[in-house]
Amino acid sequence: MKIIVCIKQVPDTTEVKLDPVKGTLIRDGVPSIINPDDKAGLEAALRIKDQNGAHVTVVSMGPPQAEIALREALAMGADEAVLVTDRAFGGADTWATSYTIASAIRTMDYDLIIAGRQAIDGDTAQVGPQIAQHLDLPQVSYVEGIESVSDDKLVLRRQFEDRQHIVEVDLPCLITVLSELNAPRYMSVAGVFDAYREKTVKVLTFADIESVIDKSNIGLAGSPTRVKQSFTKQPKAKGEKYEVDADEAVRIIVEKLAEKHII
Amino acid sequence: MSKNILVFVEQRDGVMQKVAAELIGKAVELAAVLDEKVIALVLGQNADGIAKEAIEYGADSVAVVDSPELAEYVTATYAKAAVKVIEELEPSIVLYGATSIGRDLAPRVSSMVKTGLTADCTKLEIDPESKLLLMTRPAFGGNIMATIVCAEHRPQMATVRPGVMQALRRDCTRNGEITRFDVEFTDKERRVRILEVVKGDKKEVDITEAKVLVSGGRGIGDAKKFELLQELADQFPGGEVASSRANVDAGLIGRERQVGQTGKTVRPSLYIACGISGAIQHIAGMENSDYIVAINKDSFAPVFDVADLGIVGDLNAIIPKLIEAIKKHKASAE
Repeated sequence: MKIIVCIKQVPDTTEVKLDPVKGTLIRDGVPSIINPDDKAGLEAALRIKDQNGAHVTVVSMGPPQAEIALREALAMGADEAVLVTDRAFGGADTWATSYTIASAIRTMDYDLIIAGRQAIDGDTAQVGPQIAQHLDLPQVSYVEGIESVSDDKLVLRRQFEDRQHIVEVDLPCLITVLSELNAPRYMSVAGVFDAYREKTVKVLTFADIESVIDKSNIGLAGSPTRVKQSFTKQPKAKGEKYEVDADEAVRIIVEKLAEKHII
Repeated sequence: MSKNILVFVEQRDGVMQKVAAELIGKAVELAAVLDEKVIALVLGQNADGIAKEAIEYGADSVAVVDSPELAEYVTATYAKAAVKVIEELEPSIVLYGATSIGRDLAPRVSSMVKTGLTADCTKLEIDPESKLLLMTRPAFGGNIMATIVCAEHRPQMATVRPGVMQALRRDCTRNGEITRFDVEFTDKERRVRILEVVKGDKKEVDITEAKVLVSGGRGIGDAKKFELLQELADQFPGGEVASSRANVDAGLIGRERQVGQTGKTVRPSLYIACGISGAIQHIAGMENSDYIVAINKDSFAPVFDVADLGIVGDLNAIIPKLIEAIKKHKASAE
């Protein structure tokens, strides 16, 4: 089985802080990581490889430094890595991003594409389903369990707010997975050596996939949506704060709740 | 020319979801500015009741696709039906709830009709000059907000966070036209097949419906303390326990009770934050609560910036006394 795993290098948003004076994001020194849902996708692919045998290719679209995320994926056990990178791809929204990644994937062989549900910097959950449609593949998103894998089908557990669907899907297909799916393995020492000495990261630029991609659909110019404005949130007006003993605190709370007719 | 606002009305087991009423409420407001109409899109089986309900919540008319293959949600059948209606009606705007169904369906549709899609919006308004839909959403884990426009492609599409928009009061006297659309499904839409639908043994609590939420943060420490919070929540009609992400990740409480950027957005009448420091991701999910009480040992905790009433103190000392005091207050009021 040939598996493609889509990964994104993201800033660790839990480490992003606001500058309290300027109200802007402090991005300096924020570490870059493989997006958590994507890492679970990679782990799922590697487990299929361990159990059934598979060839795992990781694909990432991003700036040249995204190579580091791909090297980490190789060190975890991926067989091949492809970096889709070009200035012409920059500034893409989810539509143009998914179109570009789908175009790159068209040049590869695959039975199964795995993506993370969403990236922690954008939280859109859109690129996976959009890639599936560009490639005319069936999709199953929000996968939290892979029940069985055969040559032409998968059985998956798909999460909703109030239920789960156990679904059977024909291959080839695209699935998006939740980080709850598994606990990703660490890079092994031998894997790290391999990732830097034995394996290479293949680079695909616009010129490399020109025959399968329409230039009017890529980058900022090919994006249907634009960011008109971005801003940090205005904190709401401060309420009252009391530093008193427990009895007094309770008295104040009850008084306020009664005033508001909550009790 | 594209015109009118189409709202995807999510149903599960033939029950219209709350977020659909919220979206219709918002669409009515936007449509008034544009001088356009609100059309509900109902996909399901025997969906006439839901179509009527959508009108009662403010839709001017309803487009229905009724099929046994739409009873349970499947991406391909829903997307095909939605695209058929969008192509026939050519709406200027399409809104979906940012639920696990809406967030699966909308991107598929956006690729099919080649238009933009903005995820998880918390604010929608019409630009007074360009008449474009301004779609505002949090990004970077809630650290910044971005306003997105889709200038040239139609329809302009957005998924909208449940719990953020206000539904209109249901008006059972409202009438509107219900139009049926026929869509034929083929084996191409049957490449994903549902083998089994597993529903939770007990009805999962929906904290977005709660009137009062008592929410525990990292300062709670262990699962036992949630029993104490539950006892406090039980003092209020419609009271439920919620949590910040830390306790969910630690396995102390179920993910369905998580408030915040990666959890749920809530706006109860009263939100009591216990031992919650107030990471921006958490604040994003609860700051629209009507009244926020925060109890935290650390007087510099950011939660105090959004609290209407902040108490610097030990929740272990305060909460048992608060439970007794509220009981006493209720007894004296009777």
